[in-house]
Amino acid sequence: MSALNSLTIAAARDKLRSGEITAVELTEACLSAAEASGQLNAFVHHTPEIAREQAKAADARIAGGDAPAMCGIPLGIKDLFCTRGVPSQAGSAILNGFRPQYESTVTQNLFDAGAVMLGKLNMDEFAMGSSNETSTYGNVVNPWRSGNDDAALTPGGSSGGSAAAVAADLCLAATGTDTGGSIRQPAAFTGITGLKPTYGRCSRWGIVAFASSLDQAGPMAKDVRDCAIMLGAMCGHDPKDSTSADLPVPDFEAALTGDIRGKTIGIPKEYRMDGMPGEIEKLWADGTAMLKDAGAKIVDISLPHTKYALPAYYVIAPAEASSNLARYDGVRFGHRAKLSQGDGITEMYEKTRAEGFGDEVKRRVMVGTYVLSAGFYDAYYNRARKVRTLIKRDFEQVFADGVDAILTPATPSAAFPLGSMAEADPVQMYLNDVFTVTVNLAGLPGIAVPAGVNAQGLPLGLQLIGRPWDEAELLNTAYALERAAGFVAKPAKWW
Amino acid sequence: MSIDTETAARVAKLARIKVEPADLPALASEFNTILGFIEQLNEVDVEGVEPMTGVTPMRLKRREDVVTDGNQQKAVLANAPDAREGFFAVPKVVE
Repeated sequence: MSALNSLTIAAARDKLRSGEITAVELTEACLSAAEASGQLNAFVHHTPEIAREQAKAADARIAGGDAPAMCGIPLGIKDLFCTRGVPSQAGSAILNGFRPQYESTVTQNLFDAGAVMLGKLNMDEFAMGSSNETSTYGNVVNPWRSGNDDAALTPGGSSGGSAAAVAADLCLAATGTDTGGSIRQPAAFTGITGLKPTYGRCSRWGIVAFASSLDQAGPMAKDVRDCAIMLGAMCGHDPKDSTSADLPVPDFEAALTGDIRGKTIGIPKEYRMDGMPGEIEKLWADGTAMLKDAGAKIVDISLPHTKYALPAYYVIAPAEASSNLARYDGVRFGHRAKLSQGDGITEMYEKTRAEGFGDEVKRRVMVGTYVLSAGFYDAYYNRARKVRTLIKRDFEQVFADGVDAILTPATPSAAFPLGSMAEADPVQMYLNDVFTVTVNLAGLPGIAVPAGVNAQGLPLGLQLIGRPWDEAELLNTAYALERAAGFVAKPAKWW
Repeated sequence: MSIDTETAARVAKLARIKVEPADLPALASEFNTILGFIEQLNEVDVEGVEPMTGVTPMRLKRREDVVTDGNQQKAVLANAPDAREGFFAVPKVVE
């Protein structure tokens, strides 16, 4: 039998219910794996006491015979989620020492369902990054390596710790958040499955805010079924988040029939970028053929404003960030700079924020400040919001024309070496999100599914985009793709 | 639109982030790269298009206008870098 920490949620659930294993045993296996994974730098705060207590409670609940699917399942939690009494720093030095007095709704929902928290996972600072190189905790290392080269690769970002932890079997699944691709890009870089739900499906309450109109939490797991199970436990209406949707939560797992006959899959021509690597082009063509073989109808579609999604995002997201991050002022929580004689409150703000924020966060806060400043608000911010309307309209049009889901690459490349973008200008890094960011701007659900490996054996992912609120059907299409792709590769353990 | 060091300094001030004068030229240059990228938006015809205010069409929920929370002074102050006598403490604001 393989190690317990390498189980899927579904397999573990069945073994827990049959009494073959206990939640305590499962949790101990994950805690050992997490403790021995220092070289990956995925876990940044371990919470073994909490995990053991929750596992014991889960075993009691399972023995009672009425345990939900997530009961006793050990998870890693992205550092962006506020967890009561446990450090929650959003990967930032400005939240050094911050221990929330409350629990985020998503983690509370998971705990109510019996899930076990192993600890907090590394991430790009305030979720701003695509390579997990902006974290105050240092880089996360991808468990995958390129062929025989032992150069450290990025796990992607911002949910890089979550992606690495799931890929390396340190936990059964992890929470992620996605503002421009932060679940789907790292999932693709590490050969796991990651779902960004429809905006409003998961409550944002208690999740450190980056760009509130784009942020959405979602599951990062070993396969589509596990994403379906975990999403069901994470989401649901929350009166504490005014943008949380008051809609019933369907049984996402029950939707996984694998039957997509008669469904229409759109292939957007604008996603065929100049200079797209051959391996990505081939993966996309292979994925299209797989869905066709499964009985779907393939149609070419156009999403004409795709090109403007990234520039619009880099106005809207920094604008919202500059407002959201105004709260880090050294007064109520986190870091406060040591002041010099005669320093007043303005110096306190300026020094605190200069010391506490990393370079990428400062850059985005200042870009956001600029695009919202008097004289530029209309030229930048309002124009970007109008372009956003057009981007959403593009999707509405293709869905109205009968398209059920859209297939695209998840990323423009496989995982790249850590440090390789150090000399590039910031925009080069932003291009990582070129296929994912449209989905956030339009508020749609999107899922990254591992679909193959490149010549160096690195995983590559495809993205499926669904209709709003129809995660169930999206998951089923992803399930059909997963079955056809048959991706089973795992990183060889070196850490 | 090109950003000079003076504008970069003004933006840093508005954002309440201290930037050393020596770092301003590099910052201005980064702003220019990013804003150059954003300039593409000028190619789009947005005539008559409404700026998006919310991505999912839904009416904000309403509730009774009553107090639902409170009496949590200790929890509110628990993470403050400097809390005294039940208040957040900051450097002197008014002379």
